[in-house]
Amino acid sequence: MTCIQAHGLRKTFGTTVALDGIDLRVEEGRILGLIGPNGAGKSTALNAILGLTPFQGELKVLDRNPWSERDVLMRDVCFIADVAVLPRWMRVSQALDYVGGVHPKFDRAKAEAFLAKTSIKRVSRIRELSKGMVVQLHLALVMAIDAKLLILDEPTLGLDLLYRKQFYDALLNDYFDHSRTVVVTTHQVEEVQNILTDLMFIDRGKIVLDCSMEDFEARYAEVLVGPEQVAAARALRPIYERQVFSRTVMLFDRVARDQLRAFGEVRTPSIADLFVALIGTKTATAQGVAA
Amino acid sequence: MSLSDTAPASPVAGKPAATNPFYWTLRREFWEHRALYMAPLVVAALILFGFIVSLIGLYGRARELAALSPDEQAAAIIQPYHFATAAIILTTLIVSVFYCLGALYNERRDRTILFWKSLPVSDLTTVLAKASIPIVLLPLTNFMIIVVMHLLMLLINSAGRAAVGLSTAPLWTHVSLFPMEVVVLYGFVTQALWYAPIFAWLLLISAWAKRSPFLWAVLAPMALGVVERIAFDTNYFGALLAHRLFGGLDAAFAGSQTSPVVSHGMVKVGTKFPMIGLEQLDPAKFLSSPGLWFGLVIAALFLAGAIWLRRYREPI
Repeated sequence: MTCIQAHGLRKTFGTTVALDGIDLRVEEGRILGLIGPNGAGKSTALNAILGLTPFQGELKVLDRNPWSERDVLMRDVCFIADVAVLPRWMRVSQALDYVGGVHPKFDRAKAEAFLAKTSIKRVSRIRELSKGMVVQLHLALVMAIDAKLLILDEPTLGLDLLYRKQFYDALLNDYFDHSRTVVVTTHQVEEVQNILTDLMFIDRGKIVLDCSMEDFEARYAEVLVGPEQVAAARALRPIYERQVFSRTVMLFDRVARDQLRAFGEVRTPSIADLFVALIGTKTATAQGVAA
Repeated sequence: MSLSDTAPASPVAGKPAATNPFYWTLRREFWEHRALYMAPLVVAALILFGFIVSLIGLYGRARELAALSPDEQAAAIIQPYHFATAAIILTTLIVSVFYCLGALYNERRDRTILFWKSLPVSDLTTVLAKASIPIVLLPLTNFMIIVVMHLLMLLINSAGRAAVGLSTAPLWTHVSLFPMEVVVLYGFVTQALWYAPIFAWLLLISAWAKRSPFLWAVLAPMALGVVERIAFDTNYFGALLAHRLFGGLDAAFAGSQTSPVVSHGMVKVGTKFPMIGLEQLDPAKFLSSPGLWFGLVIAALFLAGAIWLRRYREPI
């Protein structure tokens, strides 16, 4: 089943184009990473999917129009919009009571079990919790909801490494079960590389890359090339080069790995490197021109 | 520890848990805005405390009182009870106004709206639950606070009199609780309906304003009145507003010549409290006053506007 389907999805704010007619298809049971620079349109896309903003073009989430059928849709969709949206005055026990009282698919025992693994006290007010604990609490609430689609918009922003790691571990081990779909945006791409099933780059309202992680691993290869072989390697048209000490790291798109092995060890690039290759150079140029 | 913590948490497999978004939205409003119940309770406690202190000079005053005419005696005995009623009503009003101004504004300012909107609670439910607090819930809870307070005052007063060897008979003849509470309840219900458009207006501004909802809520109507005055040299809007703000008691109660309930539309607050008797309740007049129905239609429009804004505007 297709979870999210968009065709010509477009959104403008005045003269600023936030989404420039994107096409999108996310199947059920995928974990999609939506990666893009600040202001690329990620949050706008998520807001459109969540029915928080009107849009032009076609968009179906779980076969519903998120803008006009939002109230029904929210029974099957959860989202963590930001680290700081839980009400600071609320007690942990009240948050459990409240979500249990309004959400028909909330399993309180599950949330309690998850919280038992943390040091969060039931009587604490949210304002008394550390940023990391607030995210743990939010995750506990969301994971206890039997939703079909989970949207995470920068869920680990401002958290330390341990909390970030725990967050994704919990998500993968305790929540994800191949009938659920997760869409996540983040700048900390290294941490999600191993959990994603699909990858999408978005830049200035357009989709720059849309591929599964299998495709990503098959398509892109990175080779560390010594100075004497640079010219030969360049003949294979790397999409990006960077210098590491005296050697050159070249990133290739759709070049047979057998061919590349002649120059050195071939490995799968990190999402971050591909991101810089596909978007960083253009953005840097654009910023240079603007400045 | 509350019951729900110990009760089996999981619903029977396959059956959805019983949920009630309206009820839980109300609950969370009272969690967040503790002033909604704390303010009237604190005021009630202060009044009771003051009342107890006032009993210290009871014996001396009772003798002075005996020299007065029966009417004046009755007025002096009943006065603290009316004062208590007025203080709680005033507290209710102030709390309601500030609650309404923040109800749909604070959640946008502190971004918690993104959390509320991540749950299956419709904007209709949210706004109606919030509107029902000043229009339905606070009038009822504060009415009950007044009843309890009056009972306690009567008991304290009786005990005080008995302690110094005074007869409690004047109390029980002059303070007739039942009619008094009927008047208070009728007053609460009619005034809540009469002021519904004001509360709805405040909620609308609360849902709309990017900042300073209080200034918008107060200055916009004033500006409209001033513009009308200057442009057309008329005062229809100002009169309408004054009628809404001060005409509630006039609409609900029949005036009487011996004890004017309202003068210039306002309750006389002073040394002598107006006595409102059962005979002055005039539901027929109230229900047939165009002002009531006009106001309720306006209230419905404002609330529809608030729901629309919360539903269709970018949440932040």
